[in-house]
Amino acid sequence: MTVVAMPSGRMPGAATAEPILTVDNIVKQFETPDGVLTAVDNVSLSVRPGEFFGVIGPSGCGKSTLFNIIGGLLDGYDGTVRVAGETVDGPHPSIGMIFQEESTFPWRSVIDNVAFPLEIAGLPKSERYDRARHFVSLVGLDGFERRFPAELSGGMRQRVSMARTLAAQPKIMLMDEPFAALDEQTRLLLGDKVLQIQQELKQTTLLITHNITEAVQLSDRIMVMTYRPGKVKRIVEIDLPRPRTSEIVSSEAFGRYVAQIWSDLREEATRGLVEDESRKLRGGAGAPP
Amino acid sequence: MTRPVPFSQRRYFPAVLGLGSFAAFVIAVEFLVYADILNRFIIPPPSDVIGAFPRVIMEEHVLARFTQTALEALAASVLVTIFGVAGGVLLYQFTLLRRATETWVAAIAAAPLVLMYPLYLVIFGRNATTIVMMGFTAGLAPIILKTLEGLSGTRRVLINVGRSFNLTRSQQFWKILFPAALPTIFVGMRLGLIFALINIVGVEYLINFGGLGQLINELAERYDLAGTYAAICFVILVSIIVFALTERLERWLRPAG
Repeated sequence: MTVVAMPSGRMPGAATAEPILTVDNIVKQFETPDGVLTAVDNVSLSVRPGEFFGVIGPSGCGKSTLFNIIGGLLDGYDGTVRVAGETVDGPHPSIGMIFQEESTFPWRSVIDNVAFPLEIAGLPKSERYDRARHFVSLVGLDGFERRFPAELSGGMRQRVSMARTLAAQPKIMLMDEPFAALDEQTRLLLGDKVLQIQQELKQTTLLITHNITEAVQLSDRIMVMTYRPGKVKRIVEIDLPRPRTSEIVSSEAFGRYVAQIWSDLREEATRGLVEDESRKLRGGAGAPP
Repeated sequence: MTRPVPFSQRRYFPAVLGLGSFAAFVIAVEFLVYADILNRFIIPPPSDVIGAFPRVIMEEHVLARFTQTALEALAASVLVTIFGVAGGVLLYQFTLLRRATETWVAAIAAAPLVLMYPLYLVIFGRNATTIVMMGFTAGLAPIILKTLEGLSGTRRVLINVGRSFNLTRSQQFWKILFPAALPTIFVGMRLGLIFALINIVGVEYLINFGGLGQLINELAERYDLAGTYAAICFVILVSIIVFALTERLERWLRPAG
């Protein structure tokens, strides 16, 4: 593993702060008809409070497996996940998750979707709606409180999911390719919204993505993973000024980071493509569950 | 300047089109009967059927019979909904039970259960209980199967959202699985209620007891075809009421999606 550049101290106190999320030597294997498949192999990382940490890798590198392990949705792995020093082995109130697939509840209005975790927490109705309204406003959906997800665009629905996760006020927000189903322009604009929210809430965020532009636009550090088995190939420090907007994508420094990460990923993505094709030729198993 | 909305895009157009098509069908039948293309001893002219309504209402006490059939249908509906949904939930929760019985339940859904009425007559006697229980038996399987299908078809990501918020099993069921499955459950309910109503009227007809089925039997025995068709219209009215109620219930339980 190579670490490129050291923390520059752009986030006050971040360099010295204790990590809020620590992932130690995670190994996850799946039984497949072709034998044991190692999806994640000895992955370690630590995320500091308020940091935006990106994880990038080619398809099939175990990014989503890692997401599910950190979120507590997957067990039967080796290694440990700790949040603020406390070992986590299952869903944890300190961790909020935003999924790749559309995950709003279609039978609930926007405000009721966002108030969902507060309802589960047993907050009185007036208080939970006040708080939900705040988060609806934070993601820029004022005026849509009474609308149902079917009446919203894909980008708006993802913002509802984000507001719902934020309403639970997690210490760490995990995002698994949340904009994967959106077009490029919406993706950039939603990236702005995420940056603005992260700036405002100082929300520690771990973003899983295969989109290099998105990772560089949003992250303070990016962990590049290898193709199967998913290992840490490199951690890249993104030394771009904050606050950022999507305008950063036209800067020269941005282009350099994208090129640097692509040169790391290209080799892995090519290997993935070749292995996938030969596996298909043999009629073998695909990605792990 | 705003352009006027075309007639075909107005809100009431589908209802007007539906009623208009029905009226056209009735007029066409009337014409075919008077032209001797349709045999009036099999299909009475619609004008005769309309003319038979006052007689059926006043002399045949159709409202009392209508109420009886409607109440039997309502009782069967409540029973099939409670036991059908509960059955589907049980099969969803216990995989072994599901594997052991799913095929049987599917087979029962396709079986001509109305033929069981002599057995029910022996068990319950010639009364409304037999009719309700026949309706219940016929409507149960579709609701069980559709409830199971709805629960099993809940998107994995919604379940994972619930897990990420640390929901208990009960919360996971009532807050996510059940509302997600409701549209499919209601499809099952509509199917189940159709089966139940067919069997209720059919058994009333066969055992010559109670509501509209008995009335249809009596009118047919008297060869009062216009009256028979008028009574059938009341059966359709029961069906419309049951459907309207389920639609209301669905909209109340799940306002969107």
